Amino acid sequence: MDAVFTKCEKCGQPVYEKDLKARFNVCPNCEFHYSLAAQERVRLLIDAGTFEERDKGLDAGDPLGFEGYAKRLESARAKTGLDDAVLNGIGEIGGRRVAFAAMDFRFIGGSMGSVVGEKIARTIEVAYSDELPLIIVSASGGARMFEGVYSLMQMAKTSVALSRYMDGSWPYVSVLTDPTFGGVTASFATAADVVIAEPGARIGFAGARVIEDTTKERLPEGFQTAEFQREHGMADRIVHRLALKGDLERLLGFVA
Amino acid sequence: MILEFERPIKELEERIAGLHRLAGPSVELQTEISRLEEALAAAKKRIYSNLSPYQRVQVARHAGRPNFRSYRDALADDFYELSGDRAYGDDPAVRGGFARLRHGGQNVVLIGHDKGGDVNSRVKGNFGMAHPEGYRKVKRLYELAGRFGLPIVALVDTPGAFAGRGGEERGQAWAISEDLMALARAPVPVLSVIIGEGGSGGALAMCVADYVGMLENSYLSVIAPEACASIIFRDPARAPEAAEAMKLTARDLKEHKVIDEILPEPLGGAHNEPEAAIECVGDALGRVLAEFADMNSGTLVKTRYERYRRIGAHVSERP
Repeated sequence: MDAVFTKCEKCGQPVYEKDLKARFNVCPNCEFHYSLAAQERVRLLIDAGTFEERDKGLDAGDPLGFEGYAKRLESARAKTGLDDAVLNGIGEIGGRRVAFAAMDFRFIGGSMGSVVGEKIARTIEVAYSDELPLIIVSASGGARMFEGVYSLMQMAKTSVALSRYMDGSWPYVSVLTDPTFGGVTASFATAADVVIAEPGARIGFAGARVIEDTTKERLPEGFQTAEFQREHGMADRIVHRLALKGDLERLLGFVA
Repeated sequence: MILEFERPIKELEERIAGLHRLAGPSVELQTEISRLEEALAAAKKRIYSNLSPYQRVQVARHAGRPNFRSYRDALADDFYELSGDRAYGDDPAVRGGFARLRHGGQNVVLIGHDKGGDVNSRVKGNFGMAHPEGYRKVKRLYELAGRFGLPIVALVDTPGAFAGRGGEERGQAWAISEDLMALARAPVPVLSVIIGEGGSGGALAMCVADYVGMLENSYLSVIAPEACASIIFRDPARAPEAAEAMKLTARDLKEHKVIDEILPEPLGGAHNEPEAAIECVGDALGRVLAEFADMNSGTLVKTRYERYRRIGAHVSERP
């Protein structure tokens, strides 16, 4: 099994799957950051043995009876082992208790429907009531169209919760990973005290293809990457995935 | 501009006008005119009272539909416009300022997407699709409203926030999320009326509110039906189906308890009788402002919190 290897989509070099997994899906050759499952994100950032998942068992309804949605949900649950596109709970980072949520792109493109909105809002609320730092790792294509306006309203839901939390003096750190777009960037993912992005992550409001289709404009190399966003003043830091835990520990040392 | 489904009506109207032009007091002619007028009335009733969701979207986008300027001019005795985001520029796609409302005489901060009136102003206002500087101006105005204890009245009419290079370079998503947060904590009543298009986040940035009214033929949607159809059905021509599936009409949203009130439009849509539609919005604003007059800021913010905290369709926990 150890000899199973795959070709890096970015640099084209053969990479042992075991090495890739040990490096949390970062290519050992070119350092390209692949998507990371929410469970692995917990393993990466939260002190071993301290994570308690919360709000487990929330299921997306199919409020509009949208063609094909129930099936998509079923297969996404089976594929990811998650209720929906976010995993949340309380755990410790460097011995400090935090409220934590990580999104998972594998679950219908990390799209935000009612369950994502509800779990994010509950994470913010527990951070508020227990006076904990709040850390949310985003990965999302945007709204979940199958839930129509309910999806849109999750932007409002997470924003009212966040607005109240941020009246207090506990920090909210948002970590943006590849890709984060649409309703997630236009609500809780950007309204943070500190915005950290993973190298190369594509982050924005509208996707590059949509922009090219509507404006017929050719977009420059590196458009909407984490580096682009930092250059334009939209992100504080770019942090390599394998350095992220240490970086958060340092940050929490100043503000928590 | 004539919408496809309005064609039978327009044809009848043209035939009636043609007969009138023939004039002459011929009894036969008069009988024919009366017959056609009855047919016209019946056609209007049949067509306009059974609009499909996608037809309503088309009415909401109608070029002759009253827009922010029409409401501002008719509903405000005085409109003192304020401009700029104090960082980059002024975005004419969204306008705002202090206004004294004719209905009830109350001072408010009035904000709205401005789709413009003629070709020039439409282009200048980017068809109501705001850039980040527009959303940042809006945030400034929300904060001014809070400082001076003035209710916020927002008239929503946008296909969506602009998707373009400049907008991305200047943080479109960041600007919208700040508006949502600013509305969440606004210590004054927030009233939103969707007067035409309610396109996604660009609309939501102006309707996290204590009262959301929707004109009968307006819509509010997470994505344009054409875009939804091309993503989900891989065929933009299936937009009518997508519009149906997404439940974006005023009636649907009232049923799903996302909005408070449906404001009726004249038969055939606001463009057929703009004054009536504007008056209806003015009446609603005057009435609702009076209802909120005695509510303190703490109660407002708390009630708004609960309102949005509740909206969702998750099925409760599995054991």
